[in-house]
Amino acid sequence: MLRFFLTKLAGLIPTFFGVTLLVFAMIRLIPGDPIEILAGERGIDPTRHAQLMHQFGYDRPVLVQYGIYILDVLQGDLGKSLVTKKPVLEDFLVLFPATIELSICAIIFALLIGLPVGILAGVKRGRPADHTVMALSLTGFSMPIFWWGLLLIILFSVNLGWTPVSGRLDFAYFIDPVTNFMLIDTLLSDEKGSFLDALHHLVLPSIVLGTIPLAVIARMTRSSMLEVLSEDYIRTARAKGLSPLRVVGLHALRNALIPVVTVIGLQTGTLLAGAILTETIFSWPGIGKWLVDSIGRRDYPSVQGGILMVAIVIMTVNLIVDLMYGLINPRIRHAR
Amino acid sequence: MKRTLLGAVAGLAMAVAFVAGAEAKTLVYCSEGSPEGFNPALYTAGTTFDASSRTIFNRLVEFKLGTTEIRPGLAETWDVSDDGLNYTFHLRHGVKFHNKADFTPSRDVNADDVVFSFERQWKADNAYHGVSNGTYEYFEGMGMTDILKSIDKLDDYTVRFVLSAPEAPFLADLAMDFASIFSKEQADQYLAAGTPEELDQNPSGTGPFVLVDYQKDAVIRYNANTDYWEGKAAIDKLVFAITTDASVRYAKLLAGECQIMPYPNPADIKAMQANAALTVQEQQGLNVGYLAFNTEKPPFDNKLVRQALNYAINKQAILDAVFQGAGQAAKNPIPPTIWSYNDDVQDYAYDPAKAKELLAEAGMPSGFETDIWAMPVQRPYNPNAQRMAELIQADWAAVGVTAKIVSFEWGEYLDRSKKGEHQTVLLGWTGDNGDPDNFLNQLLGCDAAKSGGNRARWCDKSFNDLIVQAKRTSDVNERTDLYKKAQVVFKEEAPWVTIAHSVVFMPMRKEVTGYIMDPLGTHQFYSVDLQ
Repeated sequence: MLRFFLTKLAGLIPTFFGVTLLVFAMIRLIPGDPIEILAGERGIDPTRHAQLMHQFGYDRPVLVQYGIYILDVLQGDLGKSLVTKKPVLEDFLVLFPATIELSICAIIFALLIGLPVGILAGVKRGRPADHTVMALSLTGFSMPIFWWGLLLIILFSVNLGWTPVSGRLDFAYFIDPVTNFMLIDTLLSDEKGSFLDALHHLVLPSIVLGTIPLAVIARMTRSSMLEVLSEDYIRTARAKGLSPLRVVGLHALRNALIPVVTVIGLQTGTLLAGAILTETIFSWPGIGKWLVDSIGRRDYPSVQGGILMVAIVIMTVNLIVDLMYGLINPRIRHAR
Repeated sequence: MKRTLLGAVAGLAMAVAFVAGAEAKTLVYCSEGSPEGFNPALYTAGTTFDASSRTIFNRLVEFKLGTTEIRPGLAETWDVSDDGLNYTFHLRHGVKFHNKADFTPSRDVNADDVVFSFERQWKADNAYHGVSNGTYEYFEGMGMTDILKSIDKLDDYTVRFVLSAPEAPFLADLAMDFASIFSKEQADQYLAAGTPEELDQNPSGTGPFVLVDYQKDAVIRYNANTDYWEGKAAIDKLVFAITTDASVRYAKLLAGECQIMPYPNPADIKAMQANAALTVQEQQGLNVGYLAFNTEKPPFDNKLVRQALNYAINKQAILDAVFQGAGQAAKNPIPPTIWSYNDDVQDYAYDPAKAKELLAEAGMPSGFETDIWAMPVQRPYNPNAQRMAELIQADWAAVGVTAKIVSFEWGEYLDRSKKGEHQTVLLGWTGDNGDPDNFLNQLLGCDAAKSGGNRARWCDKSFNDLIVQAKRTSDVNERTDLYKKAQVVFKEEAPWVTIAHSVVFMPMRKEVTGYIMDPLGTHQFYSVDLQ
């Protein structure tokens, strides 16, 4: 097991360096530099421009800049945001919990609905239930997040008044940001009703962000179930006289879930990408929105640092998924 | 008897206290973006100014809200020497800085605070100059480093600014956000503690609201300053709910989650105006969108050609298609909200026949080929430059002029047009301080033609003489006269086609009263009350 783990870990190192190099190069390929953007129509005189470029080190050869950057990163210093002047890592860590909280709730929503629905479709294959599920999941998969989100807001928040429009918490609650996970912080605080309010605010964004993963999980579960249900051991279990529930719930499901676990890992990337739009609609103060704003402002350090951290998160999640895979299925961890 | 009376009084007192406590008026403003920080001198974005300079701070002089006129601020009175070089400010007594959790001011505002606030931005040897990666965009952008010769404290309540040359707009510059007054005492405290950056995160000011808390990208909270020198605001608490999407801001306004919002979607405005629960205020923006002819490149060195192309453009069609009602045709390079706007000037009417006539007179009866540079981004003075360019291209084609539309990424666009690589270019300008010089000199002066800010690269002696002279005198009447003459020269020589001034809309719920729109584009809440 340990060998398995170490091999996987070693494979991440070249990926890590590849990501940093790619991001570093790409942001610099975009025309325009942060100093010019800051000046706007006013323009900035060339000597001042040169002075500021030198101050921030942007006039050195790109490879030299990259070298300095990597050395800093390995010591944990991601640089300072050109806009807020605060350390990038600090900005990231303040905002990241919000994205994690939202993503976790979105995945829970996707699993809570996607798994049962996918199982149902797999078991009732070819019947109306199956077709309905597939049609709905195709719709969910194809919907533009932005439109879906605004639609839900108009229906449930403005017209029905069942959910709040946006944000993480009603402004009337003044919560100490201990962990920046709103659900935890509200429990820790002594403001009555704030936990429920936080949950209330999570409803719509989780649904919106979780819709695509839900569709993917439903389809994946269905096809996985179909494959497993056609296996010989299932026929044996049925022949033995076991109840259908036991057959499906115990024997089929455990094996069917293996590819689904992988899919969840892959969905991390989708979630973080979808978070950008969801966070913008619901004014959710997470890293998705922060990254987009930083690109527009040519805030090089924030973009580099942010994407690097996101890449690390995705790599870590997939590493865990690979490990779990190895745990669930002994054949994989012993394979060479 | 006594017992019942006592009980009744106690009950009444509790009821009153309960009601009084529960009556904390909170105004929620749906802000369109996060502030970059809380020191307005370090930044340039409107969101930063709304969240810092206009809530937390005051300046020596202020703009009278709703106008670009100057009125006293932290300076009660001031004298300007005859040669225009010495500005002496007499500070108001008894103005208090905010009490913060980690800072309790021991004295009122005095000259030391004023000197510090400017020297930090000016002098490289000031202990705070490099703090927070200091870049003072507006201090330098407005030319303060060249204009200022020295700032002297004459006594605790008197400060003198000595200029290197007369600069009439100087007073207006001091009302701008970068000129906000900080507490030197607080600055010294943080410096001694080794954490000077804290000054830019949680500053104490003298303004109508005290910063209480900022949750990054989410919520900013303020309490009304009960000791504010102009009187406490009518509201008790102010909350900025950061909501970047305009449709979501609208939804929040309808749901009552915020009471006032900026920058609505143009498509939503009609619905908002028809909604009985909402009020929509509107005002002309302090901006101008224009097309500049590069007068250094033929045939645009010929006045007749420039005038012809002015006649060829259908401005009403542009206002309808591009601005969708959120704009007003421009005839002068300055908007009507700025003093000295010359309303007597006649604009070039839409007259393709006259255009052809002038082109023939200029020796180009069959037209010529040129380019139109269009911006890739949305700006306050031009929501869709590509579309505008297409309309102009069609208008010019009708008189025989073939134009190719050219575009670059925004930073590159500004850079290349500054170097004069264009033949014609679409651009615009938003005023910084409500002074005509800020438009006319920066955009059409001879110095600007050399440095590139003057995209028409137009240097006209009579025009330039007028605006340089207007810069030298502080007499508003004299300046008005000179600027009016300058606008007439401008119209005749036509280095631009002046296209439009945008109209800014501000929707709010009916319960909000007393809100006044700022022509300079900031959002201020001191005057607001809630019914």
